[in-house]
Amino acid sequence: MTRKQKILLIRIIAAAVTLAAAALIPADDKIKPFLFLVPYIIAGYDIIKRAAVNIIHGQIFDEKFLMAVATIGAWVLSEYTEASAVMIFFQIGELFESIAVGKSRKSIAGLMDIKPESAAVLRDGKEIRVPPEEVEKGELVTVRPGEKIPLDGIVVQGSSSVNTAALTGESLPRDIDVGDRVVSGTVNLTGAVTVKTESVYKDSTVAKILDMVENSSSKKARTENFITRFSRYYTPCVVGAALLLAVVPPLFAGEWIKWINRALIFLVVSCPCALVISVPLSFFGGIGGASRRGILIKGSNFVEALAKADTIVFDKTGTLTTGTFTVTAVHPEKMSEQELLSVAAAAESCSNHPIAESIIAAHGSDIDRARIGKVNEYAGMGVESQIDGEYIYAGNQKLMEKAGAVWHGCHIAGTVIHIAKKGEYLGHIVITDRLKPDAAGALKELKRLGISKTVMLTGDRTEIARRTAEEAGIDEVRAELLPDGKVKEVESMLRPGKPLAFTGDGINDAPVLARADIGIAMGAMGSDAAIEAADIVLMDDRLSAIPEAVRIARKTVRIVWQNIIFALAVKAAVLTAGALGYANMWLAIFADVGVAVIVIINAMRALSSGKVRK
Amino acid sequence: MRKTFELEELDCAACAAKMEDGIRKIEGVSYVQVNFLSQKLTLEAPDEIFEKVLKKAAAVCRKTEPDCRIIR
Repeated sequence: MTRKQKILLIRIIAAAVTLAAAALIPADDKIKPFLFLVPYIIAGYDIIKRAAVNIIHGQIFDEKFLMAVATIGAWVLSEYTEASAVMIFFQIGELFESIAVGKSRKSIAGLMDIKPESAAVLRDGKEIRVPPEEVEKGELVTVRPGEKIPLDGIVVQGSSSVNTAALTGESLPRDIDVGDRVVSGTVNLTGAVTVKTESVYKDSTVAKILDMVENSSSKKARTENFITRFSRYYTPCVVGAALLLAVVPPLFAGEWIKWINRALIFLVVSCPCALVISVPLSFFGGIGGASRRGILIKGSNFVEALAKADTIVFDKTGTLTTGTFTVTAVHPEKMSEQELLSVAAAAESCSNHPIAESIIAAHGSDIDRARIGKVNEYAGMGVESQIDGEYIYAGNQKLMEKAGAVWHGCHIAGTVIHIAKKGEYLGHIVITDRLKPDAAGALKELKRLGISKTVMLTGDRTEIARRTAEEAGIDEVRAELLPDGKVKEVESMLRPGKPLAFTGDGINDAPVLARADIGIAMGAMGSDAAIEAADIVLMDDRLSAIPEAVRIARKTVRIVWQNIIFALAVKAAVLTAGALGYANMWLAIFADVGVAVIVIINAMRALSSGKVRK
Repeated sequence: MRKTFELEELDCAACAAKMEDGIRKIEGVSYVQVNFLSQKLTLEAPDEIFEKVLKKAAAVCRKTEPDCRIIR
């Protein structure tokens, strides 16, 4: 409890004791009101003072002003016990509300725990501790076990493992060694490492994430704007109704006291605080919870859109697939498979093209560089290498035609690499991009969540695309697209009221990410471009994070509506009961602060939706 | 210039919304956000009148919630 809360607690206790005493002491009817004044003032002096200040400022729709009017009203009606008790009860509610808000603030602050406190930077051969903000780009920073990596950089000395859970939600530590890239905000686990920084703190991953989470509340969801607008009319309306209730019925039927009493109940219920606080708090809880799982959502409007997402479009390479190629078939004409692979690997050994790398990796054993002579790479065709003095061609059909070799196609879908020795066709190798291991599972999960359509976009050939889509369980395929074709495809699929999400790697897809209702970038850890372009950023490249994000979004939106409906229903019920004379001041206070506490507690459930599953 | 300030004793969410509305009406304010959860005020106004705007914003805060202070 803070100091302010403690003082309030003591005041509540003191007021309760003096109230009991005032009720028990036998006294004259003339003195009695003064006895009750003691607990009333102890409990409510600040509220009365505040009300007075507000009148001067012309702020009459303030909760505390209305509370003061309501209790003074009760006082005038000679309901001394009730006036004091109501004031005490109101303060108990305020105390609870303050504690609940404090708690939720703390849990949100817990999410911000990824900020590194200091960096041990090496300057003039000495190690000095400075705030991360003061480290320049290119400086050397030592990170000991248990410390957070302060800035993005490359390991130049030592090896260790890092825990990326705070950023990605992945609890398995990642090994790091000299030459590896490390990301700020992750925790160094086993050994001391020296890191050469690649950016200043302001541009580091951790600063970007913190900035995004903190500013996410500025992009408001429709529900949020609705509640803000609603609350602007709600209070004046209820206060107006209270005035009417106090004046109109008694003009016809008399009984002024009875009706004024009922009007006072209206005043107490007129504060919209429960609504105004719970909606953004729920959204923030959802966004915070998601960020714990490595899912960064840039605003509550995207939470709302994702919860209603109807179509999810995927890019193929690097999103559904791993983006690295593997050899799936070797079809020699005359020689053995191993021989063909060995010739191809030798021919490709000087290239660092992903295709070459996959063939070299499939070959496995070392290649004697001395055998290789002149090498020519033909962009968009392949390579021509001199091996043991003979020209070997490895590439596509165009290269074969250039070499004058008679080639033939393959029945297996995939990228085909033909190999020829001068004009003689040796055979071909088929390589494919592999589906991510969790792709099929993630797609199935999305279907189960009721996403009505999944689409794959790719620049790749139709047959390859078809097969990948089939394996992953994607509904529709649009293949052989040029880069700007993807934007057009997405545009043609946009439907009002049915949000479309596009998932890409964030590097080549920036225009598509921007065009879709919800742009989701994957594997964004350390990639600034992706973080900028997307609405939702997945820190690692798990596809299973997408259904997870949908689930978190839906839970959050559900909680928001629960809170709105609950708060409005209770207020409406108490207002109706109050007008008919069935509600008392106590119930009215519950409808005000009690409801606020309940919706805050409910809102915090949104935060826990992101807890790491055990 | 856009600057963020911490707010002290911002106790009520409805008041935060009211403050935001009030500050938005100050001449020269191009962006304002009063965040109840993080207890922060973000204010954007042209450099040359920033101090003046900030003073007016502080007055709005005091008016809506007398205990609330902008920490500079």
